[in-house]
Amino acid sequence: MPPVETAPAATPTLSLVAGAGTRAVRIRRFEARDAVLLVGSSISSLALTWLLYERLTPLSGTFGFWVSWYATFLAMVGVTNVVEYDAVRARDRIATVVLWSVGLGVITPLLLVVGYTIARGIGALRIQFFLEDQRYVGALSRADEGGGRHAIIGTLQQVGLAALISVPLGLLTAVYLSEVRGRLARPLRMVTDAMSAIPSIVAGLFIYALWILTLGNSPSGFAGALALSVLFLPTVTRTSEVVLGLVPGGLREASLALGGTEWRTTTGVVLPTARTGLATAVILGIARVIGETAPLILTIGGAFVVNANPFSGKQDALPYFVYRLVRFPQPAQIQRAWTGALVLLVVVLALFVIARVIGGGGPDHISRFRRARLRRKGLA
Amino acid sequence: MTSTMLGSTAPEAKDPTPVPIAIPTNRDRGDRVYRALATFGGTVTFVLMALIAVFLLTRGWDALRVAGWRFFTEQGWEPGAGRFGIGSMLPYTVVIALVALFIAVPVSIGVALFITECAPRRIRRPLTSLVDVLAAVPSLIYGLWGLFFLQPRLLPLSRWLGDHLGFIPIFGVSGEGPRPLSLFAGSAFVAGIVVSLMVIPICTAVMREVFSQTPAGEKEGALALGGTRWGVIRDVVLPFGRSGIIGGSMLGLGRALGETIAVTLLISVAFDWKWSVIEQGGNSIAAHIALRFSESTEFGISALMGAGLVLFAITLVVNAAASVVVARSRTGAATEI
Repeated sequence: MPPVETAPAATPTLSLVAGAGTRAVRIRRFEARDAVLLVGSSISSLALTWLLYERLTPLSGTFGFWVSWYATFLAMVGVTNVVEYDAVRARDRIATVVLWSVGLGVITPLLLVVGYTIARGIGALRIQFFLEDQRYVGALSRADEGGGRHAIIGTLQQVGLAALISVPLGLLTAVYLSEVRGRLARPLRMVTDAMSAIPSIVAGLFIYALWILTLGNSPSGFAGALALSVLFLPTVTRTSEVVLGLVPGGLREASLALGGTEWRTTTGVVLPTARTGLATAVILGIARVIGETAPLILTIGGAFVVNANPFSGKQDALPYFVYRLVRFPQPAQIQRAWTGALVLLVVVLALFVIARVIGGGGPDHISRFRRARLRRKGLA
Repeated sequence: MTSTMLGSTAPEAKDPTPVPIAIPTNRDRGDRVYRALATFGGTVTFVLMALIAVFLLTRGWDALRVAGWRFFTEQGWEPGAGRFGIGSMLPYTVVIALVALFIAVPVSIGVALFITECAPRRIRRPLTSLVDVLAAVPSLIYGLWGLFFLQPRLLPLSRWLGDHLGFIPIFGVSGEGPRPLSLFAGSAFVAGIVVSLMVIPICTAVMREVFSQTPAGEKEGALALGGTRWGVIRDVVLPFGRSGIIGGSMLGLGRALGETIAVTLLISVAFDWKWSVIEQGGNSIAAHIALRFSESTEFGISALMGAGLVLFAITLVVNAAASVVVARSRTGAATEI
């Protein structure tokens, strides 16, 4: 088929995507009348539900009340819009209300989880949680006695070792997928996807079978680190590959055209350009594995006192500490578990925020710190 | 095979899409070492996956040979007596995952549509980040929260379902008269709801990605024909993103099947299969491994390895299928208007 001559596409006057050079046209407006309809619907449905629920039918329960209210509210929105406009508009309105409530409602569980963890954990959180272990603590001790220093040390060492193993391997794999693009790239991408989906307990079983049963080692922090690195590797690979893919091809071509070798192109151009993105990938990977419990149940053994050597002897970890204590019947032990959970959650959320801050922009984004350093060198 | 691809910009090219041309390069030794190193890094993933399968199989072989095909039908777990299998565990695992998907899929479609089609530009990025935070919260903390916060508040709903919809097998409850709330604690229903929170971010991410690739021209065409926003969603975005919805749901299914700690904390273990979702008692392969591991004999551990192998195989199949579906989805690049 001969290529059809087409005029250069005119700038769309009605564009949903407000890119550079196109002017976004508002295709709908939220007018005062719509606001009145919404508020009126919500009030009238509240009144109607109350009448039905509390006066006319023998129903009860807060949850049921709000479910009924929401259903009545949607019906009310539909009816008022049919009266004011037409049925097509009414369906659109109902859909919009549903999407808004789902979209904003999805945040509710997050707020509940974080809020409840803070509420339960903050009560017994003392500075000695970071300074003491469970050496002098029994099941009947007060909840704010002792601490989780042994677990925090264990978690830091295990996650650190897992990162030492997985980050170089993951980066190499990402470089292979994105820069070398050898024959194995397609199957490798599939296998990486498959690996990122293996259940965390299976990673623990695997290391138990390989490292402990077959090679005859005993449970230790290092075994836990190995299990974590099985989960860490595909995460780092996938996110790093995406980040490397964002590096503009022109930069690579310029480097090669200037006579740079592939090695120099990757280490001198591609990786530095993607630096913040790669840091984000690593931090997100850490945030994912730091809360993993299942692989550690099988591999680290667990301990109540500090063991700062990850290569010999049983070790504890913060998630394992929480998991074990919460299964005790004593309230003080459960309280300790919540304290540990709060520390864990704060660490995970902090890592997440750090990753967002340093990786907020694309590959050409220059962070504030980097800009300051470049300015010192007189480059920006 | 070379890595250097440049777009052909020859003016006489008929084809408007640039065709990459291969440039022959002479690699020095440094580059050969570099390529070998990267290839080595890549093969580690293959080797690891193979090792996982091999070690689970060899370590589980003792038990699997004793149990034979009955491993898939036997409901109890007494490795010492030679009677053990995943006959109730496997269906319970699937039930928990299905409960999770039953909630997660509609919610994820809604959230993904809201982010791509509906939300004001200002709140899109923050909302996307918040959904990602939902994925970052450790499953241990979801388990704790589900056990102490959600379950007590959910039990009245379970009882209501049992009292009023008990004629449906999945809501059937044993016993008559006023039932105690404790009869509904530790059910697959409660576990599934908590797991759904962990599945929502995964499904949402895939669906959002696919929905956002809907060709703007098709959406604008629908709007120009007088369609409302809901019309555009129903007739353009959803048909376009159907494979994304299926693929995202299957990825979520893979995650839900393997979820361990939250289920371990929530479920009250039962080995006999029943249809009721809301009544106390359930199990999952992953939770069973976590719970039984420390008190198992050598043979018992071999049996657990066998169960782990089955779980590994199932999640692999589900995820491979999901990847194929997502990869096949029609992309906007092929659409010209």
